Amino acid sequence: MTRTKKTYTFLVFAFLYAPIVVFIFYSFNQSKSRSNFTGFSLRWYIELMQNDRIISALQNTLVVAVLSALAATLLGTAASLGITALKKAPRALIMNITYLPILNPEIVTGISLMLLFVAAGTFLGISLGFWSVLIAHITFNIPYVILNVMPKIRQTDKNIIDAAMDLGCSAPQAFFKVMLPEITPGIASGALMAFTLSFDNFVISYFTLGSDGFTTLPVNIYTSTRRGLSLEYNALFAILFVTVLIFLILMGIADNKAASKNPNSAKQIRLRN
Amino acid sequence: MIGLRNKTKLTSAPYIVWMAAFIIVPLAMIIFFAFTREDGTPTIDNIIGIGRWLRVFWNSFCLAFLSTAICLVIAYPMAYALSRSKVKKQRTLLVLITLPMWMSFLLKTYALMTLLEDTGIINNLLRMIGLGPYHMINTSGAVVFGMVYDFLPFMILPLYTVMIKIDHSLLEAADDLGANNRKTLMKIVLPLSLPGIISGITMVFVPSVSSFVISRFLGGSKIELIGDLIEYNFIQKHNPHIGSALSLILMIVILILMGIMNTFDDEEIGEMLI
Repeated sequence: MTRTKKTYTFLVFAFLYAPIVVFIFYSFNQSKSRSNFTGFSLRWYIELMQNDRIISALQNTLVVAVLSALAATLLGTAASLGITALKKAPRALIMNITYLPILNPEIVTGISLMLLFVAAGTFLGISLGFWSVLIAHITFNIPYVILNVMPKIRQTDKNIIDAAMDLGCSAPQAFFKVMLPEITPGIASGALMAFTLSFDNFVISYFTLGSDGFTTLPVNIYTSTRRGLSLEYNALFAILFVTVLIFLILMGIADNKAASKNPNSAKQIRLRN
Repeated sequence: MIGLRNKTKLTSAPYIVWMAAFIIVPLAMIIFFAFTREDGTPTIDNIIGIGRWLRVFWNSFCLAFLSTAICLVIAYPMAYALSRSKVKKQRTLLVLITLPMWMSFLLKTYALMTLLEDTGIINNLLRMIGLGPYHMINTSGAVVFGMVYDFLPFMILPLYTVMIKIDHSLLEAADDLGANNRKTLMKIVLPLSLPGIISGITMVFVPSVSSFVISRFLGGSKIELIGDLIEYNFIQKHNPHIGSALSLILMIVILILMGIMNTFDDEEIGEMLI
């Protein structure tokens, strides 16, 4: 890299990271000021651990993220298999509808689901809460699973499935022993994407969680900003940041290991992508 | 084999039912509410009434266009530099770009607020060297700044994805045939990175134009966007009819804009988004 390139890259990263660094720095503040650092303390980390509202919102968010990612992965993978087998016209129609939640502004998806849930809730006599948020999250997660799994199915050589069945595999056997291992990377990245999108989703949760007290972390953050966020949230952010950083580093190490074990396959994957 | 194919098709049935119930029906409900009064009688007053918010629409689209353009200008050289650096270094830099995307965007936007406030960190630092204070928070500039900050990685990544696919020998060939850097950029890199530009624009523009958090945090109550109007009508005023009419118009305008943009490129939209 030339000098200008290096400086430019550095400046962009400085722009991206300066607010994050400052935000994390103030999580160690002794006083509750966000712009005046009075001394180092772990006070906000301790208060965070004792804040039941934040902890329960975090638990709700994790439960919704795990369940919606699982459900979306199952529905989405099954859908991808079925859609690939469809004829061109119905396939195109379904794919265009599938893109809608991705292309539509989140706020439109959020309020459209809210309209449905409020109507259904009134009809069934139940108020919005966990169930409506979960359904909403599954709905916006499925398209991302499909977009990750579909290309892998298309790359899989159809002949190997036929070969497996000629050699005496039943259809389910052919799927679990031959197809599934081929598309697993797509399923895994789809599931991971679904989990993270759900974990960080604010807009759609905000419109679909109703008012019976069920809340997720992003919604809890938003409603707390009206009174000014306490530095407990800075501490939470710092913990999340370190967790994600460790996770990404571990993924990178696993990637490198896989690449050094089998350099050819790694090259293939890179070329395919 | 025909039987197997038919059985495989069936695995998409649960999703198709789900899609009908939770994508199509909800959108139909937006249309229904947009064209009805509170007592359920049909009307087009909701849609016509949007005329009074023309300014808000205009503002939202201007701010979103501006932030998308700034993102493109910042991201393009960044993605190019990234795609031309050594493979090992690329990985590290890529992790550094994705890392902020994993962090709560609410907290990131809130962090910007504490930086830009009149008694915030930037003004405190400026005061130490005898400058300012400058009023930055609650201006359109702050809102655009927030949009650029929050969505910049969404522009860098798709650009990077298409740029690493550009065959290096093409650039060498251009160089051998006497093209200067500028010409190589205009005639080779730019056309080949068009799909990335288009998906980057989509991924920055749509969340910018429909945002209501950024304008609320960084624009105070002074900068009102379409997202704020929709949220206000649904949550504060409990008027789903006006709210639906606003959402419907927003959705149609965005779909038209994206339709126009995609005529420049024939790749499938979804393929570029991931």
